[in-house]
Amino acid sequence: MGSRESLLSVEGVSLSFGAVQALVDVSIEVYGGEILAIIGPNGAGKTSLLNVINGVYRPQQGRLVFMGQARPRNLRPYHVARQGIARTFQNVALFKGMSTLDNLMTGRVLHMRSGLLSQALYWGRALREEEAQRAYVERVINFLEIEAIRKTPVGRLPYGLQKRVELGRALAAEPRLLLLDEPMAGMNVEEKEDMCRFILDIRDEFDITCVLIEHDMGVVMDISDRIVVLDYGRKIADGSPDEVRANPDVIDAYLGVAHA
Amino acid sequence: MLYRETGQFKTSYRRDQAIFPIAQDRWCVALVLVAAYGVVPALANEYWLQAVLIPFLIYALAAIGLNLLTGYTGQLSLGTGGFMAVGAYTAYKLTTAMPDLNIVIVFLFAGIVAAAVGLVFGLPSLRIKGLYLAVTTLAAQFFLVWLFNRVAWFYNYNPSGTITAPPRTLMGIMVTGPEATAAVRYLVVLSFVVFFALIAKNLVRSEIGRTWMAIRDMDVAAEIIGIRPLTTKLSAFAVSSFYCGIAGALMLFVYLGSVETLAFDINVSFEVLFMVIIGGLGSILGSIIGAAFITILPIFLTNAPHLVGLEMRVDLAKEIELIIFGGFIIAFLILEPRGLARLWQIGKEKLRRWPFPY
Ligand SMILES: Nc1ncnc2c1ncn2[C@@H]1O[C@H](COP(=O)(O)OP(=O)(O)OP(=O)(O)O)[C@@H](O)[C@H]1O
Ligand SMILES: [Mg+2]
Repeated sequence: MGSRESLLSVEGVSLSFGAVQALVDVSIEVYGGEILAIIGPNGAGKTSLLNVINGVYRPQQGRLVFMGQARPRNLRPYHVARQGIARTFQNVALFKGMSTLDNLMTGRVLHMRSGLLSQALYWGRALREEEAQRAYVERVINFLEIEAIRKTPVGRLPYGLQKRVELGRALAAEPRLLLLDEPMAGMNVEEKEDMCRFILDIRDEFDITCVLIEHDMGVVMDISDRIVVLDYGRKIADGSPDEVRANPDVIDAYLGVAHA
Repeated sequence: MLYRETGQFKTSYRRDQAIFPIAQDRWCVALVLVAAYGVVPALANEYWLQAVLIPFLIYALAAIGLNLLTGYTGQLSLGTGGFMAVGAYTAYKLTTAMPDLNIVIVFLFAGIVAAAVGLVFGLPSLRIKGLYLAVTTLAAQFFLVWLFNRVAWFYNYNPSGTITAPPRTLMGIMVTGPEATAAVRYLVVLSFVVFFALIAKNLVRSEIGRTWMAIRDMDVAAEIIGIRPLTTKLSAFAVSSFYCGIAGALMLFVYLGSVETLAFDINVSFEVLFMVIIGGLGSILGSIIGAAFITILPIFLTNAPHLVGLEMRVDLAKEIELIIFGGFIIAFLILEPRGLARLWQIGKEKLRRWPFPY
């Protein structure tokens, strides 16, 4: 599915926190247009991997290549955002004091150019930009079916909706690559189904490549094109859902629990 | 007229994003403006203008400035007095060096210099957060006051160490100095507050305001969507200090007329912080309400015992005032961190639904 062109390569990345080895020589390809799932037991290093891709953590070894360009080591998270990588968090990380609309508008920060004076007067370029960006944000709001909570402070929303708003904020950035850290954790079946549909549509309609971490095996097998399995910081499998399901290492390390 | 949003359909994003989207709010603001410009100067006497309204408005401006930094960006600052002093001394130096320069330009320049100083003292905010940052801003407060006390150039080598606002005119009318009437000075301060309150309102509903709030609410997530923490925090320090600088210049030129550094000591920083807390963190209206509350309450406390025929010693009234402030601050911090502005908003929401309870 999609072109088999590599969008992001993680090459031999190792990351440790003191004595804890969070990632050991991990290499992963993310191809343009695919949905790649990263699975693994708790503490396997999944979130750490996303943090390395985002530039929050700097790996001790290895390098990243994004869209054919090797990334400088000292890249900050806001540089990474500029390259077109967006992200949601395992624990919802919304701007609690702001409305849904403002959270999504903030997601468009990189598309705004107007100066301080124009914003202070709310006139000219700033006004035009607010309207243009609002139009894009409204498209995301319609897509995620959150019209009714547009003006609600996000702190008052139930957990499932907060996750959806957070997805909206990442989507509003118009990224090339979207990283989703357990987007369905703590959701009921119905909410999970909605979220699956959104993720598939994001790939198909918005043309955004997705990397997602998920514990629900049913969901992972259903929606992902490819699966990477981490265990104790090492990559132990990488392939199509069927390949991964049949991999004896994976059955031992992870799925084995279900088989036993 | 009922307070209702119903029936006021917004047919464009522009209408929906208007500064006061609800018609009743627009009316309310217009009414307050008419009263402030038309009725108050005609009715209020010298005492009310000079002792109550002018200081209230100046503090409101400083409180808006601090609220942009502390309430909207989440950076606690105790340097307000110091940044106000920068504004006052800059305006004094500039207008004594260039007496013909338009006084409004002098005030704006005072704000810009204060912004630059605020920016420098905001630099540690990249590394330091919360209470520790408050301590570095406290250092700014003490350093700046010490500097203006110590270096005689700042007060033009005046042996008494005070600076005095020279008389200046605006469009032919005396606006500073002993000959400027209280009504004129009130109108000057009022115009500054109205203009800069609107600017602040615009900033917080624009891109820059959203980045401030994003840093306040969740700095990691903010950085990951592309917000640069340093420039965002520094912009808040600069804009906030700009407001404080202009407030400081007005304090000297339009309110006190003549000051020592004592007028900008640490107590001023705390007083403005209390206004922001009681009025409501993250609210422009709250800053103004908080300033009104804290400037008017002491006057009320001094006069109330007389009204009911009681005698109260001045020092006792002062103590009671402090106890009441302390009580309010603790109560608001615990019960309603968003202050009086939030109570006002809750009231409005109730009104919007009235007579249905839900
Ligand atoms: N900032 C940090 N400091 C110290 N240790 C860390 C840090 N972040 C992660 N770790 C450690 O790295 C290891 C991998 O953690 P990580 O959060 O990446 O796991 P995960 O696969 O996302 O697990 P989960 O499924 O529970 O979310 C764990 O042992 C964790 O304790
Ligand atoms: Mg995790």
